Amino acid sequence: MLTPGRHLVLGNIACAEGALRAGCRFFAGYPITPANEIAQYMSQELPRVGGYYVQMEDELASMAAVIGASWAGAKAMTATSGPGFSLMQENISYAYMTETPCVVVDVQRSGPSTGQATMPSQQDVYQARYGAHGDYEAVALTPWSVQEMFDLTVRAFNLAERLRMPVLLLADGMIGHMSESLIVPEEVEVVDRRRPTGPECTPFDTDDPSLIPEMPLFGEGYELLVTGSAHRPSGRRDYTPIYMERKLWRIREKVLRAEPEIRDVVEYELGDAEVAVLSYGASARPSFGAVRRARGRSLRVGMLRLRALWPFPEEVVSRLAEGVEEIVVVEMNMGKIIREVERAVCGRCRVSLVSRVGGVLPTLGEVYEAIGRAVR
Amino acid sequence: MSVKPLSYYRERYIRFQPSPFCPGCGNGTILNCFVRAIDELGIPRERVLCVSGIGCSAWIPSPNLRGDTLHTTHGRAIAFATGAKVYNPHLYTVVFTGDGDGAGIGGNHLIHAARRNIDITVILVNNLSYAMTGGQIAPTTLHGLRTTTSPYGNPEHPFDLVKLAAAAGATYVARWTTYHVVELTRSIKEALRHRGFSFIEVLSQCPTQQRRLFGLRGPMRTLPSRIVEMFAEGTYLRGRPLKGSYLYALPEGDPEEVLRDVGEALRDLEASARLVDHIAFGRVVRVDAEDLEEAAGRLRALGGLRRLADATEGKIEVGVFVEEERPEFTESLREVIRRAEVRP
Ligand SMILES: Cc1ncc(C[n+]2csc(CCOP(=O)(O)OP(=O)(O)O)c2C)c(N)n1
Ligand code: SF4
Ligand SMILES: [Mg+2]
Repeated sequence: MLTPGRHLVLGNIACAEGALRAGCRFFAGYPITPANEIAQYMSQELPRVGGYYVQMEDELASMAAVIGASWAGAKAMTATSGPGFSLMQENISYAYMTETPCVVVDVQRSGPSTGQATMPSQQDVYQARYGAHGDYEAVALTPWSVQEMFDLTVRAFNLAERLRMPVLLLADGMIGHMSESLIVPEEVEVVDRRRPTGPECTPFDTDDPSLIPEMPLFGEGYELLVTGSAHRPSGRRDYTPIYMERKLWRIREKVLRAEPEIRDVVEYELGDAEVAVLSYGASARPSFGAVRRARGRSLRVGMLRLRALWPFPEEVVSRLAEGVEEIVVVEMNMGKIIREVERAVCGRCRVSLVSRVGGVLPTLGEVYEAIGRAVR
Repeated sequence: MSVKPLSYYRERYIRFQPSPFCPGCGNGTILNCFVRAIDELGIPRERVLCVSGIGCSAWIPSPNLRGDTLHTTHGRAIAFATGAKVYNPHLYTVVFTGDGDGAGIGGNHLIHAARRNIDITVILVNNLSYAMTGGQIAPTTLHGLRTTTSPYGNPEHPFDLVKLAAAAGATYVARWTTYHVVELTRSIKEALRHRGFSFIEVLSQCPTQQRRLFGLRGPMRTLPSRIVEMFAEGTYLRGRPLKGSYLYALPEGDPEEVLRDVGEALRDLEASARLVDHIAFGRVVRVDAEDLEEAAGRLRALGGLRRLADATEGKIEVGVFVEEERPEFTESLREVIRRAEVRP
């Protein structure tokens, strides 16, 4: 592990380092560009802290092993990119259903399919939200810097443990492969899952207002029934509609209740802004440059950067729509999060898009031009 | 070994009744052998983790067996089990899987877990089809058999799962059937004690789907015992292919008629003939004779027969095929930790 202090490292290394600091002790993965450095670093560092790196035969197996390890008590993670993320979806769905804490990192690359394997994108934002089958609420974080690869990975683990569910880190090939300074703090805040203390335990429901049940582990004598099939609060398989209705309501509602806490947006110069640039992850970098340039030229422009993409901060964007005339959405796909923005805005201000695909980031100039069009 | 009443096992190991299976299903037999094995080994329940995929076989442990159970996605049980076993090697980790689950959709995980020699026990219930979804072709369905997706006969060939597991590196490999309950129980005990990847294939009766598969007639309730007898008839103990001197006459048309003709032809010989169900040939006439040469000669002259088959043809070998030592995966991982820690 890195010593506390300043280091110059790749985003992917910062992610792995954050995972170790958050208490991750199990990593299962399958090689894929541009996520490889995470696995490599974990294979080197995990054994040094008594943890396990297992290279599985594919991404289905990786996700499966992560879930198995989590129920055995590990803070567990995997890291992949678009094609591998697709293969993981069935078991990510299983993790939602069984309320299994774990972290899945998707270092997004340009698709569809093999696309431009070495080049970045933000095309998996909906795969993160809707890729798995069934109904659930997703939690996904979007780092824009090497430092945030570290910080948000720590946060992803803490949220996963607290909410008892998979949490996604949506990075991209640019941030993952970029070297920048990382400050490793002396100490990070670490959250652990709530475990039963008494001899009895109801692993799949609770009276607690958080709606997050305690999580027992294998080998503790609780005779656990963990299943992806519909089940009673005890875990016993039961297809009676009331059990499944309650389950689906609860795994959604537990996230919505925690949304104010999960919510993570960074506002910049929005006070008097007529135009707001909204972006996340790597594409927020040129966006920020453009906003600063515009401010330098006395344009009333501000920025909203999403660090937690899912659940989508509807309230924040809705409020924003009241104060500005246009929201310029900047993303590295054909226009995805703009739909969420339009939904939240509901016609109360204009919404426009700056979008690049083909493995390239929207440029500062392109965003600046869009700002220019918007203030006119 | 003392004989304990069924109620002893039921009270100790079964949490819910009734069984989720069709009457006469082999899965109940396998569950029975499993609880006897852990009972005889004296393994405490809290140290047993049963992991299963999707299919009827997945319901052997979940939810009826007491102890920790992880009922996962189709084909992936071994991969889930890998994560749990690596993080808590103290658990006796047992995977229950079907032929479709473990050798079809999950075949890749099977061979890779065998290759790693991770200390888990896989009990693969081979009912020769995808039973839960309605009896479709599985990677174990014999060539030519009729299933719901091979109405004209299966154009594919089955895996020999014992060879597959052995070639992939499993360090304990056995095959039994639901006829061989004593041997199966002993084998499960050996597999649980074995340090490494152990694989047991169990040929099992699925009266619901195998009626079509084997072209069996007669009332449903007669099928389970008939199929189990068929397993007895259709298998031989490893290294001991022959017990007795017999052959099979494969009828062209009505087996009853052929039986009568065979009886007639062998009347003055020390011989007996009866109808049996053969796993490879269906309803056939089994002929036990002291002078097999003479009997065969007479039968060859007889009409109404497709041909004769010798005692071993088309039969399945059962027994323990592999039992060896090789560094075990979770131990190797702990060795990795030791090596990493001594580095600066
Ligand atoms: C990904 C996926 N594909 C297909 C299915 C449907 N499915 C459920 S059970 C089953 C067959 C299982 O067959 P086998 O493993 O042989 O078990 P058996 O029921 O015969 O014991 C299938 C294909 C599924 N649940 N998940
Ligand atoms: S369908 Fe076959 S395998 Fe499934 S429970 Fe019924 S008899 Fe058993
Ligand atoms: Mg089957």
